[in-house]
Amino acid sequence: MKKVHASAKEALAGVLRDGMTIMAGGFGLCGIPNVLIEAVKESGVKDLTVVSNNAGIDGAGLGLLLETRQIRKMISSYVGENKLFAQQYLAGELELEFNPQGTLAERIRAGGAGIPAFFTKTGVGTLIAEGKEVRNFDGHDYVMETGLFADVSLVHAWKGDTEGNLIYRKTARNFNPMMATASRMTIAQVEHLVEPGALDPDHIITPGIYVKRMIHVPDVEKMIEKRTTREKPAA
Amino acid sequence: MAWTREQMAARAAKELRDGFYVNLGIGIPTLVSNYIPEGMSVQLQSENGMLGMGPFPYEGEEDPDLINAGKQTVTELPTTSFFSSADSFAMVRGGHIDLSILGAMQVAENGDLANWMIPGKMVKGMGGAMDLVAGVKKVVVVMEHVAKGKDGSESPKLLKGCDLPLTGTRVVDMVITDLGVFSIDKEGDGGMTLIELADGVTVDEIKARTEAAFKVAV
Repeated sequence: MKKVHASAKEALAGVLRDGMTIMAGGFGLCGIPNVLIEAVKESGVKDLTVVSNNAGIDGAGLGLLLETRQIRKMISSYVGENKLFAQQYLAGELELEFNPQGTLAERIRAGGAGIPAFFTKTGVGTLIAEGKEVRNFDGHDYVMETGLFADVSLVHAWKGDTEGNLIYRKTARNFNPMMATASRMTIAQVEHLVEPGALDPDHIITPGIYVKRMIHVPDVEKMIEKRTTREKPAA
Repeated sequence: MAWTREQMAARAAKELRDGFYVNLGIGIPTLVSNYIPEGMSVQLQSENGMLGMGPFPYEGEEDPDLINAGKQTVTELPTTSFFSSADSFAMVRGGHIDLSILGAMQVAENGDLANWMIPGKMVKGMGGAMDLVAGVKKVVVVMEHVAKGKDGSESPKLLKGCDLPLTGTRVVDMVITDLGVFSIDKEGDGGMTLIELADGVTVDEIKARTEAAFKVAV
């Protein structure tokens, strides 16, 4: 079965529908599946629930889908860098579910691993725990959180072979490996597409079983949100 | 003379121990990395998936795939490892990180912490703060002693109870402000104790600017 598609549009063909839940990897603008997000924008699909740690920035990443009002609800841990998001949220046009970052990561991991719920001490005694079951284990309280599973996951990887085995680069890994496991239709954009055998099997982070479709994005644009540098010491 | 931001960071650095794995929050906590004593091995964790965080890159060497949790470009060290967000928070939640240094809006005398949300204002989200304070072995808050309003008015940040939505309950072990250092008995009923004064600051001055009850052991 051929996993590699010629374009993002072709890779998304037949999988998008209004009201669906999409996971999008990335932390800030690092490791985001930007080419696939652009294709979601062009498809015009709407009323989306999007699971992603952040909501992009104005004009980039998931910010693109906010401009076109294709997102109905976000499940995120931090959305501070996006003015359009704030506007739409305060106007009541956008629903928002905040999850603590580690709880979000674990909900996705659990969802992909067939675990419907788990207990964590994160958020006990806070707004996050309201309405959720709290149980005591060994003298400590833990709140129950549920696994997350999406209709489609969009991920970015550094290298991938045509079987869908993926390797990530540096901190661009972030949420991508868990999201790759937590949907029935995971689509990966890879910077370097290679033949099976070219990747060291010991280095593969996401086994190809999780990846249904892929595209090759050799010249993908990577943005830096906060460029910070230091002075070179005098020679 | 109250402590400057740099002096507060330097004081927080005294909580570091050789071999510690440490997570630093944004703002003054980030400055603590400038005060790691020579010869002490401390590895910085960045919750977006990196252990062993290096300094900012030289200009022209920035890598969009290499950022910290504040989304700033950083560098690797020989000790660096990368991992997923799930692995990162397993490390945090599982109690493997020795020390978390972070900022706060309010701290209560029992160790309750509020630092993510002001009702009625745009909420940016808690990010990893709730996970960090719930899971890390020792939590140190570094903050200004009082909040200053636009009209110059002051409101205390060390309170009997927080009125802002909480980030965690009974999570703070120590508070370092521009006026002094407090320890908190978060597990027991020992409450808050003033253990150090900033240079030239008096106990009476701190009492006047603190709502929380505290014992004095300076």
